[in-house]
Amino acid sequence: MMTSEKITKRLLFAASLIIVFVTAGIIFSLVGGAIPVFSEFGISFIFSSDWNPSEGKEEYGALPFIAGTIITSVLALVICLPLAFSTSLFIGEYFHDKKVAKIIGTLVDLLAGVPSIVYGLWGFYVLRPFIVDLGLSSQGFGIFTSGLILAIMIIPYATSITAEIIALTPNDLKEAAYSLGATRFEVVLYVIIPSARSGIVASFILAFGRALGETMAITMLIGNTNKIPNGLFDTGNTMASVIANQFGEADGLKLSALIAIGLLLFVITGIINGAGKLIIKKLSK
Amino acid sequence: MMKLNLALNHKVGVEKNPRKVKNNIFTTLVIFFSVVTISPIILIISKLIIKGAKQINLSFFTETAPDTFVAMTAISNGEVIPGGILNGITGTLFMVIMAALIAIPIGILIGLYLYENPNKIYANIVRDIADILQGVPSIVLGLIAYIWIVKGLTNGYSALAGSISLSIMMLPLILRSTEETLKMIPISLKEAAIALGVPYHKVIFKVMIPTGFSGLSSGVLLAISRVIGETAPLMLTALGSSVVNYHLDKPTSAVPLLIWEFYNDPNMVNLIWSSSLFLLGFILTLNLLSKHIASKRKAN
Amino acid sequence: MSIINLNIKNPVLSLKDLSVSYDGEKLAIKKINAEIKKNSITAIMGPSGCGKSTLLRALNRMHDLYPDIVTTGSVFLNGIDVVEMSNIDLRRKVGMVFQRPNPFPTMSIYDNVIAGYKLNGMKQKKSERDEIVEKSLRDVTLWNEVKDSLQKKGTFLSGGQQQRLCIARALAFQPSVILLDEPTSALDPIATAKVEELLLNLKKKYTIVLVTHNMAQAARVSNQSMFMYLGELVEYGKTKEMFTNPTDKKTEEYLTGKFG
Repeated sequence: MMTSEKITKRLLFAASLIIVFVTAGIIFSLVGGAIPVFSEFGISFIFSSDWNPSEGKEEYGALPFIAGTIITSVLALVICLPLAFSTSLFIGEYFHDKKVAKIIGTLVDLLAGVPSIVYGLWGFYVLRPFIVDLGLSSQGFGIFTSGLILAIMIIPYATSITAEIIALTPNDLKEAAYSLGATRFEVVLYVIIPSARSGIVASFILAFGRALGETMAITMLIGNTNKIPNGLFDTGNTMASVIANQFGEADGLKLSALIAIGLLLFVITGIINGAGKLIIKKLSK
Repeated sequence: MMKLNLALNHKVGVEKNPRKVKNNIFTTLVIFFSVVTISPIILIISKLIIKGAKQINLSFFTETAPDTFVAMTAISNGEVIPGGILNGITGTLFMVIMAALIAIPIGILIGLYLYENPNKIYANIVRDIADILQGVPSIVLGLIAYIWIVKGLTNGYSALAGSISLSIMMLPLILRSTEETLKMIPISLKEAAIALGVPYHKVIFKVMIPTGFSGLSSGVLLAISRVIGETAPLMLTALGSSVVNYHLDKPTSAVPLLIWEFYNDPNMVNLIWSSSLFLLGFILTLNLLSKHIASKRKAN
Repeated sequence: MSIINLNIKNPVLSLKDLSVSYDGEKLAIKKINAEIKKNSITAIMGPSGCGKSTLLRALNRMHDLYPDIVTTGSVFLNGIDVVEMSNIDLRRKVGMVFQRPNPFPTMSIYDNVIAGYKLNGMKQKKSERDEIVEKSLRDVTLWNEVKDSLQKKGTFLSGGQQQRLCIARALAFQPSVILLDEPTSALDPIATAKVEELLLNLKKKYTIVLVTHNMAQAARVSNQSMFMYLGELVEYGKTKEMFTNPTDKKTEEYLTGKFG
């Protein structure tokens, strides 16, 4: 006779198998779907920048989209860095446990709740005209606008962990520095940053991972041209946005190319997130 | 003498000490950048309210989206565009509820498994897999649901495919929040039940889960609020529909999909604001509700 | 070797070579042999980490919950090896009260008392349930304090009341033994005094095993005392004799406050 304990434990274990199989299935299906394009073009699919879906002359290369993804995400990270770091200091140190920090914290969290498509609309109708008015670009579409909106989108992810880690800086360390006559800026520079360093790095890595996969807002702002962007104000495409854009009319080799881009995106985000989580795991030990 | 002293002190304080100046500049920058950080959310919400609030009326909730010719006629006659987003609201609810029905039980059971086996190597692998899954971009999950369901099962775009892609997104969120919630319950509560001779499954389902209920529901609400605004995976799976649909195997609309359609149709572009306002309001309400439950729980 | 200055006839519990290890190698308690007298209070004392809680939790097989823990030797309850008994049988006969009050937070006071029956799926008539609840709450002198708020959550009570509620929860099964693991360590002195008074009353009907880090408490309430050190039962005897005239040097040092 099986005891209720055994049955329950088996049920829980069986449930855990589902997530293992789903993830294995995702990898299997992405690899399977990518095989046609890789067998046609080989590894040069990754390094080629040709994209021509016309029948008979089909050429597919992922390089422009890999480039577009990395450039927009790095730009987003650079813009996000001072903003998220300052906000984290505001919440976790300067106004820690004060009402104003809670309000700012809630507002930052709300940023994470805004759907990508709403960011896209706001970027299209507010940010883009603003960029045109500044004379930075004639249409306002492109890498810079996309990076800017991405930066806003990833701020909450960088801020929530960073603020928490900054707040965890041991008080006696800070007090020791203050007792030696350090200013708050010096405490931040010489006590808080060194003690929170790896946590801060991890949270920005995770935020970067978020940026890599964002789709809708980028699709609406990047200009959707299948070439390696030629500067900050040029148009382009990211891996996610090209899938969203080109998917509608895709079958055969083109579908395989889009799935292969999905696979590359899966691998890249997996590596970035893995690195971030690894640092956090080492921290919590 | 006293006066002189005060004056001297005063003078020392005012003297430009470069360290103090640096400190003040830095503090100013921290506050300035924090204000810059939160300004987008305020700008976005106010833009949506200003442009969208006036379009929200009863028919917004009771009628399906107009077709482009109806909208064009209305515009050329200077009338308000008729219709609403009923097909989107029902589609979103249908698919999100389906996704939740799939992800909640599985996620909670896996969360229980992780809680019961904190140090097993296999459990750590499951945790890592959940982390990987949580980081997978939603568009990739759209591709997967397309391959598995649209191509493999329903022979066409379908609500089921949309639900599956959303449920895979929810799963890691729910299982991690379940494990975290259970970890916060004192172990002695479980032991108290065991000491009463209560069978294992009842300890789990009648003591642990009810005790962690508010934590679990806060996690579920947060997971729902994270997927309800998703557009990209639904473009690849549910596609959209001009009618209200409750069939699992038929294309289905959703509020974010309607926003995308309106955005791409010059005749209907005015409808994006009200739909976005509604969607954002719904998500932020769920978000705040989830936070409220979580903070009440902490206070206990 | 343990020094045992007792000769107990018809013990309720007998421990034979009882050892417990948390990792399969190092023993947390080492080959304990002892017998527990009926309708009396037996205190287990010793410095923290000596294995007193480990010993207590071996008595109702609480260690079964953690697969890594290895228990050897045996415990006999009224002559029956507890390994032979079903969980529900054993735990109906051996109730347990924990360090911190732990009423089930989702249940009312009433449901907390009857929880053992409810969660085990035992059905009774409402009148029977009412009777059990009232009797158990009277036994812990909580009835008059809560009889008008039985449907309120148990977590609204004060710490001392919660702990008495937890004792009532254990009493509801009419067990023959009650195990208490430092039951007053989270309570204030007044609530502690109430619980101690209660234990003195309860020993008329029940056999009580009490783990305590508080020597004065052991002296106040217990009839027999065990002194444990580094996982071994050093000395076991009548409380009065042991406190006035300890046999072992370690016991003496502990009782005179030289360590612990």
